[in-house]
Parts: sequence; C-alpha cells; structure tokens
Amino acid sequence: MTKGTHTPVPKASGGALLGWSVVVVLMVIGMFVAYFTLNAGQVYVVSETESYTQYSSTNSIDEWLPKISGEAREAVSNGAEISGERVIATTEENKAFTSEVGEKAYTDAVSKQVQSRVEAGNPVDMVHLTGTATSVSWLPTDQEAKEGMTATGTVSSWEVTSSLPYNMPAADRPANATFSVSRTVGIWLAAIFTLAIMSFLCGDNPFYKTAEAILVGSSAGYAMAYAFYTGIVDQLLINLFPGLVREWTSPGLPWSYDWDWVYVIPGILAIMLVCRLLPKGGWIARWPLAFIIGATAGFRLTSHLESDFLLQIKGTITTLWAENANGQFDLWNSVGAIVILVGVLLCLIYFFFSMEHKGAVGKAARGGIFVLMVTFGAAFGLTVMGRITLLTERFDFLFKEWLHLM
Amino acid sequence: MMNFLRNLDRRWIFLLMGVAVALPILLRFLPPNNATMMDRSVFDAIEDLPDGSRVLLSFDFDPGSQGELLPMANAFARHCGFKRHKVYFMCLWPLGEPFIEDAMKILETEFEGLKYGENFMSFGYKPGGEAVIKNIIVDWKQLFITDSRKQSLNKIPMTANIKSAKAMDLIVNVCAGDPGAKQWVQYAATPAGLPLVAGCTGVQAPLLYPYIPDPMAGLLAAIKGAAGYEQILLEQYPSLATDEMINARFSTTAAFQRMGPQFVAHLLMVVLILLGNLIFILDRRRGGA
Repeated sequence: MTKGTHTPVPKASGGALLGWSVVVVLMVIGMFVAYFTLNAGQVYVVSETESYTQYSSTNSIDEWLPKISGEAREAVSNGAEISGERVIATTEENKAFTSEVGEKAYTDAVSKQVQSRVEAGNPVDMVHLTGTATSVSWLPTDQEAKEGMTATGTVSSWEVTSSLPYNMPAADRPANATFSVSRTVGIWLAAIFTLAIMSFLCGDNPFYKTAEAILVGSSAGYAMAYAFYTGIVDQLLINLFPGLVREWTSPGLPWSYDWDWVYVIPGILAIMLVCRLLPKGGWIARWPLAFIIGATAGFRLTSHLESDFLLQIKGTITTLWAENANGQFDLWNSVGAIVILVGVLLCLIYFFFSMEHKGAVGKAARGGIFVLMVTFGAAFGLTVMGRITLLTERFDFLFKEWLHLM
Repeated sequence: MMNFLRNLDRRWIFLLMGVAVALPILLRFLPPNNATMMDRSVFDAIEDLPDGSRVLLSFDFDPGSQGELLPMANAFARHCGFKRHKVYFMCLWPLGEPFIEDAMKILETEFEGLKYGENFMSFGYKPGGEAVIKNIIVDWKQLFITDSRKQSLNKIPMTANIKSAKAMDLIVNVCAGDPGAKQWVQYAATPAGLPLVAGCTGVQAPLLYPYIPDPMAGLLAAIKGAAGYEQILLEQYPSLATDEMINARFSTTAAFQRMGPQFVAHLLMVVLILLGNLIFILDRRRGGA
C-alpha cells in the first residue's frame, strides 16, 4: 500500500458523536425488532430435581491396617478404637503375622501392600482396629437403602437445569419447559459484547473500551479465584491441613491425605514471593524467584536437548532413497527428504556469519532466505486461517444462538 | 478507479471480509472437503488401537481458541466412543475443564453403555504445566489422588490400577499454546516413548511440524485438520451422518461447516493480495510509489 492510507480514527467531534449515536439508536431498534420477530436470544430450559438422602451405617471392626493408611485414619475418625500396635519389618514377619491373626483381620490386599513396603526396606507400623465405626453415605432418594443403613433424616435436593436447543420449535418443547430470564440475558450480553468488541474495527470507541474493561476485569477475577482454589487449596492446604479442607471445601476428600511437612517449604516460598508487595521487603521475593528460575532452567535443559536438538538432527539425516512398505522406490518421500535436507543446510548457511556471504556462500544464503520466506508465508497462512475461524465461530453464535436465523 | 483503490479505507476490507464469512454461514455453503495424509495418520493412531485401549485426552485450550479446537476435541471424544476406548481426560489450562465436561456429556449421551469411571473419567485441571507431565510419567498418584469430582482414584475402576502415564496406549493433545503439544513431546513422548498425536491452532502448527513423524505420529492443524478428521470419521462411522445427529450438536459445532467461510474468505484474500500487488507494480512502473 502507498503512504497515507492509514485508517482515520474517529475523533470526538460533533460529526463522529452524531454518527455513533445514530448507529447505536438503529442497533437498539434492530435488537427490539429481532427480539419480538425472531425471538432473538430467547432460551427455554427444562429442570429436573435431584435428591439425595443421607444414611449412616454402623459396622463392627476387627482388622489390622498400616497406621499411616487412609483406611485406618477413616476408621478411627468414624469411631473405631486402636487396641494394639505391631511393627512388621521382614517378609517372614509378614507371613507369620498372616497366620497369627488370620486372613479375616489381615486381608490379602493389605498383606500385599505391606509386603511391597517391607521389600523396599521400610518397616510398617500396624494398628489393630476394633469396636464399631459409623460411616455416612449418600444415595439417590428414590433408591432403596442397603441392609444396615439408617436414614439420618438429612436430604439434599437441587435442580439440574439444561437449555433446550435454540432451534427447537415451540410445539416440540416439553410440557415442563420454561423461559429462562437469566440465560436469555446471558445470550444478549454475549451478543452485545461481541458487537462492542467488533466495533473496534471502525476505530476506538467507548463501547469497545467498556467491553474490554469488563472482559479484563472478569477474567482476572475468575483466574484469581480459580488459581486460589487449584493452587493454594488443592495443592498446598490439602497437604498441610487435610482436616480443614475436608471440613471446608471437600467433604469427600480421601483419608489418604495426611499432614506432609515437605509442603511447608513451598508454603514459605509462596509467602516470600508475596513479600514483593511490601514497600521495603521486595528483596525477599528474589529468593523464591531465584529458586523458580534455577529449577525451571534445569528442568527444561535435558528435555530441550533431547527433543529439540538430537531428535531434530536425527529427523534431518534420513535416507534420500525412500522406499514404501513393498520395498519399491517412493518418489514423493524421497523428494521430501531431499527438500528437508537442502532446506536445513541453506538456512544454516544463512545464519553462519563467520564467513562473508559472497560467491557460493552468498548464493546459498539467498537460498536460505527463500526457505525462510516460504516458512513465514506458511505460518502467516495458518494464522490467517485461525483468525477467520474465530470470526466464523462468533458469526455462528450471532446467527444461530442469538438471532435464530438458522 | 485506481485512485479509489489506492486510497481504499481499510474498513471497506473489514466489511468485505465480514460479508465473505457471513454469507457462506447463512447460505450453508460447503466446499469439497478432503482429508490429508496427516489427518489420516492421526485418525489411524486412534483407529488402529484395539477396542477398549487406554487413551489420555488432554484439552489444553480455553474459550479463546474454541472456534478452532472444540470441533476436533469433540471429534476425538466421539472417535474414542465408537472404539469403546477408556478415555482419561485432563487439562493443563484452567479453562479447559468445561470442554472436558462437554466431551464427557457426548460420551454419556451419544454412546449407549458408556459410564463415568468405567469408560471415561476426568482428572480435571492441575496447575504446574510441564511439571505435571513430568510427574505423571513417573507416578500418577503422587500428584493426583482424586479425580475432578474429588473421588479417590483408588475407588474408580479405571484408575485403581494405573501407576503412571506409561500405562496409556496413546496420548491425544488438543492445544492452543504452552503448556501443550510441545511439552507433551518434551516430557512424555520423547523420554518415555509414549505414542502421541495432537491437534493445534493454526498459529502453533508451524512450530509443531518438526516433531512429525517422530516423536509425534500426526498433527491436526487448525480447522482444516479438524474438518479432514471429521470427514474420515463420517466415512468410517456413517451413523454420525444421520438426520438425528445432524440436527443435534454435531452439526452446529462441526469443523466441516466452518470450511465454507474459510474458502470464500481465503479467495477474497487472494484477490486482495493480487490487487494490492498489481497496484503497487503499476505505480512503480509509472514511478509513482
């Protein structure tokens, strides 16, 4: 393109304001017409109530389990008593213990578990659990309770709501289908924000700015809440205070989780990292940062060497005389191998700056530029394809789920 | 005329592009769709596994890339459903989890007898990127004790006996960036020799082609790759092409339906590039530029 063809950005002049006002008024009118003529964005839903009833079951216990196992902790938590302790250190002791207490109290599965630890050279602390343990479980309310289960009287119910397809004719809707205000508003907001973001193509404007700010704000808020749960709660607290997490967010957390002192170290590093926010304590954050950088560099070095260096060399040095499965000459694979080899060599010569790019070296370097240009062209073509797909997906949404045109 | 083209406001081009994308959608224009050898090699990687094999499906993308990647993610899930493979879902991107739920819904509703925990399950999202891959290659349960629904892995039939990712017969990765296929190549396929195929966005494809065929068996590049894969899937499993399926979700999220806008938009781009170059050459000959 020649000079001076840049897009003029609309300024806040009287004319531009009038133009934008007219566009907005026309769009609002169009949206009203679309809502009442095309049922634009209207979502109908069906809801089903799911209900679960809580049962308790009390069982007598008489079994030996590893002291640190989740099963042992769960049984103690449910009311069982520890009436004896024993250490198993060798295979012989394990065999003798099986015949001593019997397979009912010391099951085959537990024995195998202990055996593998003993073979690894780790003595196992065993506990004898006796008495009764009362456990709590939930079953669908319409399902019959199993023997020994007693209803506690606690019932938990909720509604599962699902949207009907946007193109389902009114006559085909189930009798219990209802109009969903919240989902309809959601579709309308998604459509309006899509149009607001697209309006940037006409130049910077308040609608784009508003949509951009809401997107950034909501994304940041969502990411923060999600990272807190998946990072702090699900990785750190779950290993430091499993009881607290079980009470707070995850009642079904397996009892195999136990206090693990190793996680104190990342906990301290995490607190040090936050010190970056302190006015005078910024330097404290350098230590965990140094750890992260060092660990990541070491972590990545070997994998990069293997997959991005050695394997790439191996991939380049292939036979130029390719054969198919029947042992016959394969022309296209041979051509492919030659193109790869020549392309790599030409590019390497282009990036070889210890010799002046003159004569044969200069010609080869120009060939390298040609190969690079083809690569960039292919990359650009694929990028364009990706961007068009994104636009297609948004238009799909606008035409189908919002305007119900198809 | 030449002067008008020379000073054409770029907003006219935006408008033209909008029309070029919108019209094929509204007119349901579908150009011929042919699968490539690369699409075939990805398809064969799943198809050639014995029925009921273990497949790890990692959805490492977010809603920003769903236009390109959701069709292929759903196609992978359907293919595994037809083959009755045991599918283990996971994601290294926090916003990948809703897509896993969608894929599990497809398996549950479209394929009779497939149940959570027996035929498919989800590990959900785990922060840590490549460190997660590195860990699960050695010891899965050191990192994941529960599934995404907080059930103990030892109580789920599919995972009770899984020690590490080496137990998988194939890893399928759908990715939009880092962490993604590159990390699966570096930390799973290369060191552990695990079979890997991937699907990626158009931007990523040139960076991943060097990993083919070793250690990555195949790559679906952007929407074109997904459309080719769907084409093979439709040929191999004609039940997908029934009216019922076409009226269901498959039709609205299918990649092959998005090839119409691609075709027309690319045609427009070619015309615009030729036109721009023509004007440039003419201007230079006249000594104007």
